[in-house]
Amino acid sequence: MSVIMLVSLALAGCSSSSSSEESSSDGKKVIKFMHLWPEGSSNAQFSIVKDIITEYEKEHNVKIETEILNPDQYREKLKVLASSNELPDIGMTWSDGFIKPYVEGNMLAPLDDIVDGDADLKDAFIPGVKESYAVDGKTYGLPLELNISYVFYNKEIFKKYNLEVPKTFSEYKKVVKTLADNGVVPATVGAKDGWPASFWFMYLADRIGGPTILTDVIKGKAKMDDPAIVKAAEEVQNLVDMGGFVKGSSALSNDDAKGYFMNEQAAMFLTATWELPNYTTSPDVKQEFKDKIGYFKFPTYEGGKGTSINSYVGGPGVGLFVAKDSKVQKEAKDFVGYLVKRWGEKSVTDAGVIPATKVDTSKLDLAPMYIEILKDLGEASNVTTYFDTQSSPAVAELHHDLMTALFGKQVTPKEFVKQHAEELAKEQK
Amino acid sequence: MRSVMSNKWVISLYILPALILILLLIYIPIVLTGYYGLMDWNGIGKMKFIGLENYIELAKDTKFWQSAWHSLLLGLFSTLSLVGYLILSLILASKIKGANFLRKIYLIPMLLSSVAIGQLWAKIFDPTNGMLNRLLVLVGVENPPLWLADSNIVLFALFIPIVWQYAGFYIIIFYAALKNVPEELIEAAKIDGATPLQIAYKIKVPLIAGVIKVMVILAIVGSLKYFDLIFVLTGGGPNGASEVMASYMYTEAFSKYNFGYGSAIGFGLLIICLVATWLIQKLLNTKDVDY
Repeated sequence: MSVIMLVSLALAGCSSSSSSEESSSDGKKVIKFMHLWPEGSSNAQFSIVKDIITEYEKEHNVKIETEILNPDQYREKLKVLASSNELPDIGMTWSDGFIKPYVEGNMLAPLDDIVDGDADLKDAFIPGVKESYAVDGKTYGLPLELNISYVFYNKEIFKKYNLEVPKTFSEYKKVVKTLADNGVVPATVGAKDGWPASFWFMYLADRIGGPTILTDVIKGKAKMDDPAIVKAAEEVQNLVDMGGFVKGSSALSNDDAKGYFMNEQAAMFLTATWELPNYTTSPDVKQEFKDKIGYFKFPTYEGGKGTSINSYVGGPGVGLFVAKDSKVQKEAKDFVGYLVKRWGEKSVTDAGVIPATKVDTSKLDLAPMYIEILKDLGEASNVTTYFDTQSSPAVAELHHDLMTALFGKQVTPKEFVKQHAEELAKEQK
Repeated sequence: MRSVMSNKWVISLYILPALILILLLIYIPIVLTGYYGLMDWNGIGKMKFIGLENYIELAKDTKFWQSAWHSLLLGLFSTLSLVGYLILSLILASKIKGANFLRKIYLIPMLLSSVAIGQLWAKIFDPTNGMLNRLLVLVGVENPPLWLADSNIVLFALFIPIVWQYAGFYIIIFYAALKNVPEELIEAAKIDGATPLQIAYKIKVPLIAGVIKVMVILAIVGSLKYFDLIFVLTGGGPNGASEVMASYMYTEAFSKYNFGYGSAIGFGLLIICLVATWLIQKLLNTKDVDY
């Protein structure tokens, strides 16, 4: 008797787990979509996605189920799902070094057919951005965000000390000296996290060694101990010695450092356009502060190879992927195409996020800073993707540690490049 | 009843559920970790068997031994702080005014999540705006140390919130143990003219020696595998100055996608903890004092 009960229990358990969740009770296909914009912390993005999903479901016979996590939790969960081969039908990914292991593990479907098959999408992406999601010539992610970095500054502080926006590096150093002499923190940076500090290093490398030097190093075409790169690291430490950065920056996270700028204790903050809402549209920041903020492009370096001030450090943000084993691949791909298009139309006005697709500013009502920046993007000569995004996870991690050490003066510029070179050499063997 | 309890099959049946739980949640994962340590695996793709390569590299890895040293320093410091806890508990266990209230206060850090404690202390340690440095500047210190940014003192700076976090735990246990010391002994000693200090040192402490021994083991092993505040406050930085074994394991596995090596580190951590426990047992093997 008990044996019969046990067996029937087991059978019931088995059947319920094997019934796939492809069709909901009313026969519609279900697409599982996992993204990283929770309603609380990324309200604007969350609302745009919700609206697009509602629109799409009205016109198509599918149900889209979302699972939402914040970016850090999302990263962890994605790794776990990947290792148990349970990726959602549609998900988000970062570019280059992040997406590579997933492609090599055969987990993602190529998405070139979505772009090639849609007239609206074919030339919509800003050149170079989609390519960051390609491995061996095939695209595995469609980017949704693009960011470039500028030095944002407090116009009121500059006016107080009669400072002009610096166009060259020696002019910049004069600005730093004046501010430091007057007890104002010239620039704030969250060197604990490594990557905010990397912006400074990358720009100096670009201006001294030319726009392709760091990418060449990662791809193995150039050496990390190139004199230009060593000079860039030296100039970073010179700035630290001059008092160019907030004290103890190597213990500050990006958020901690940001506080100094938002509290007007620091005059400058080199960060990317994801911060724009705080300087333009965000209702959480006082308007009088927002009115004081301007930006300038990173100055050129006298005698450096990188002569274009329109060469930026930046990169794509998240992009969409479709899982290779998805049982609703066709429907998922169709939705992805739709989402990218509609996102491009709404993201700037509704969320203050710059999409990776070209934006027609004539039709939109935007804050002036956005219009200027979108114009800059159109005139950009180059966008070098962040060092830690282009390189493998191991090199990225080392880069973060070394950047923290460089700002904390715990490593010399020569050591800095040497350790990079050794790690890169290990991988390129 | 006796026949039931002495029946070997029945005894096994009673132990079985807990045994299965421990096997599944502790012993099998330990073996699996050691097994993964034999692989080269990025967490997503296929695993590649590379034998003892990870373990050999671990033995030669200066970063690992540095992190082990930091863990050990943490263990030593925690053990020393046990003395402080013991003294506090002795004071609290005696009938001073406000002992009840103080006990509850000491427990509060235990109720906070490590992340919340981390955020709190990060703000306190902030080099320019933090409470600590503002205070030091106020009393005239010109250039107060940069705490978490200074690789020479970051580990010592971290000891403070870590000790603060677990104070309540140890105090409560010492207090409970002290309360178990029979009142008659204390009274007899008082009649004989013993001072409170002598009572504490010669009577109370020896009688709770067993508990102290267990606390030492807990403190050291807990410190060896400690992770929380190190990760939240410094992430092991600057440049490995505050790295401990657990944070090193996390970085290797989850940030560098090096799960094989990370597992080897985890297994190494286990071995070190086992060795430490065995050593401490040997050193502290004083006979329990009976009354």
